[in-house]
Amino acid sequence: MTQDATLTVTTSNNVHGLSHEQLLEIAYYLRLTRTLEERLVALFRQAKVIGGLYRSLGQEGESVAAAYALDYNQGDVVQPLIRNMGAILVAGAKPADIIKQYMAKGDSPTRGRELNIHFGHPARDGFIGQISQLGDMIPVMAGITLAGRMQKKNLVGLGFIGDGGSSTGAFYEGMNFASVQKLPLVVVIEDNGYAYSTPTYKQTAAKTLADKAYAFGCHGETVDGNDVLAVYGAAQRAVTRARNGEGVTLLEVKTFRMKGHAEHDNQAYVPPEVVEEWKAKDPVVRYEKVLMELGVGTPAGFEAIQDRVRREVDAATDEAEKSPMPDPSEAGKGLFAGDGYWDASNG
Amino acid sequence: MAETTYLDAIRTAMIEEMARDERVFLIGEDVGLYGGAFKTSAGIIEQFPDRVIDTPISEVAIVGAASGAALMGMRPIAEMQFIDFITVAYDMLVNFTATSRYRVGSPCPIVVRGPAGGGVHGGPFHSSNPEAMFMNRPGLKIVAPGTAYDAKGLMKAAIRDDDPVIFIEHKYLYRRIKEELPEEDYIVPIGKANVRRRGKDLTILTWGAMIYLADEAADDLARDGVSTEIVDLRSILPFDEEAILESVAKTNRVLILHEAPLTGGAGAEFAARIADKAFDYLDAPIKRVAALDVPTPYSPPLEAAALPAKARVLKAAREILAY
Repeated sequence: MTQDATLTVTTSNNVHGLSHEQLLEIAYYLRLTRTLEERLVALFRQAKVIGGLYRSLGQEGESVAAAYALDYNQGDVVQPLIRNMGAILVAGAKPADIIKQYMAKGDSPTRGRELNIHFGHPARDGFIGQISQLGDMIPVMAGITLAGRMQKKNLVGLGFIGDGGSSTGAFYEGMNFASVQKLPLVVVIEDNGYAYSTPTYKQTAAKTLADKAYAFGCHGETVDGNDVLAVYGAAQRAVTRARNGEGVTLLEVKTFRMKGHAEHDNQAYVPPEVVEEWKAKDPVVRYEKVLMELGVGTPAGFEAIQDRVRREVDAATDEAEKSPMPDPSEAGKGLFAGDGYWDASNG
Repeated sequence: MAETTYLDAIRTAMIEEMARDERVFLIGEDVGLYGGAFKTSAGIIEQFPDRVIDTPISEVAIVGAASGAALMGMRPIAEMQFIDFITVAYDMLVNFTATSRYRVGSPCPIVVRGPAGGGVHGGPFHSSNPEAMFMNRPGLKIVAPGTAYDAKGLMKAAIRDDDPVIFIEHKYLYRRIKEELPEEDYIVPIGKANVRRRGKDLTILTWGAMIYLADEAADDLARDGVSTEIVDLRSILPFDEEAILESVAKTNRVLILHEAPLTGGAGAEFAARIADKAFDYLDAPIKRVAALDVPTPYSPPLEAAALPAKARVLKAAREILAY
């Protein structure tokens, strides 16, 4: 553990077997997530993003670290919610596709039918976009991992849910069923302080969100969500348990939503001193500091990563801006098989 | 040749499809060793021990897990112990399952099946007919067989279909209907109606258990010299518009008969379609006979009064014929 005396923030430096290359790859994904979101904010302000924009500022660490614990070559599947763009980037989502989704372009992965990161076919992409009804993706992830077991694939699923989402009935049904079946599923509950404007203490009387694991009879654990290596370590242990047939893990990550629910929300309901307190715990800054202490990263090295990220995001933005809007004649197509709208590659 | 009950038609369709395609599995409450509350899955777990999943009482988890598995290439059959409980999974079905292909191009081919319908004194929560509530949420197919032949053929078609299908079984018919079925493999295509009885004076457009009520009414009308055509829709969505319009063009008079409540029922859609596309053929207003707009009551006299009965069908038919 390293300690910053001025901030009294403790950060773990156990690398859990990650190579230098992998540690730097995580740093790359963290910077990519933050930079891509900043670009989306700029596009939003230019009215080029059609719908809402939901930031993950301050939460990038747990999204990237948890998703990094999966093995996408083995068929593992990650399921994000709106603030887990970092997770699907780790799984292989392309920044240009994400920008096209936000801009509602005709050659986005969903051809303009769906918003933001609501895309991805689990068997092909290693990630599956969520729907907006919170909790519903937990039963779906149970089904994905159940299918993996029936198909004798040794795949693991990892899904995200929030403090708010974990109040839904679908969450409980999915967790209960997955736990009974001992499915290879990891569910990361992000306690980021607020569900829209509702603080976590109005969401649940449970002392911690991980306490909900007792009722399911699955493994439960709480970890500092802004400590990248701590999240990675906990997620890696959970993935190993899942792959070894030891069933479900409910992994609570304590983090904080540094922006409002969406760009329109100035989160006046959050005390400013709380935001300041969490600013000092920024996961990207903490992680890079640890890498420097470990002799893995250097300021020049991080600057080079940032240059690479900027170039990639610039290129992705150019590609997305040049993309056409969808043809209105397509609105009625692709509801059912048989009209040839979606090619066979999706299913 | 032995006769097959409506229930066994469904059961053997599932077994034959599971034997034909290893992607097919059954998931639901008490469907395994117990064989299902109505024994619709009796003996299946013995034949396919890894492909029958008993679940907690969790319709959302059943439909959600079936949907997730379908995305991975499986062909799940999800049982609702009573179709009334499909409302618990309504959100999952209409928002996730139904939209998956249109939204993101990911097919979600599941069958959700379960016993529907009244006439067995099941009361408000074990008697419903849910077709209408799914008609206005695009992405689902809906079938409601009334014969053993159609139950088997539509179940096979539903399992093989590349999109989600709600399969509405009428529990009143489970053991009351017996038919000789073909030995060979067959399907009944989704979206095709069956003209059950040919006639020239009046069309009764109906489906599910109501086809037998239509039969009885048609027999009575025949004694008055009225020739009734009965169109058994079989598929509610997509529905066989061509067959409906063809029959209307022939008889010029239509009665729509369904067991679900009248207001906002599926019959309203068919009536509107006929008015739109066959107005010139009509010699009388379209009439609908349906359940009263109440939850299905428990006590037999109340239930009989709430559900469509022959007297109401005959009254409506005679009004149409006299117009």
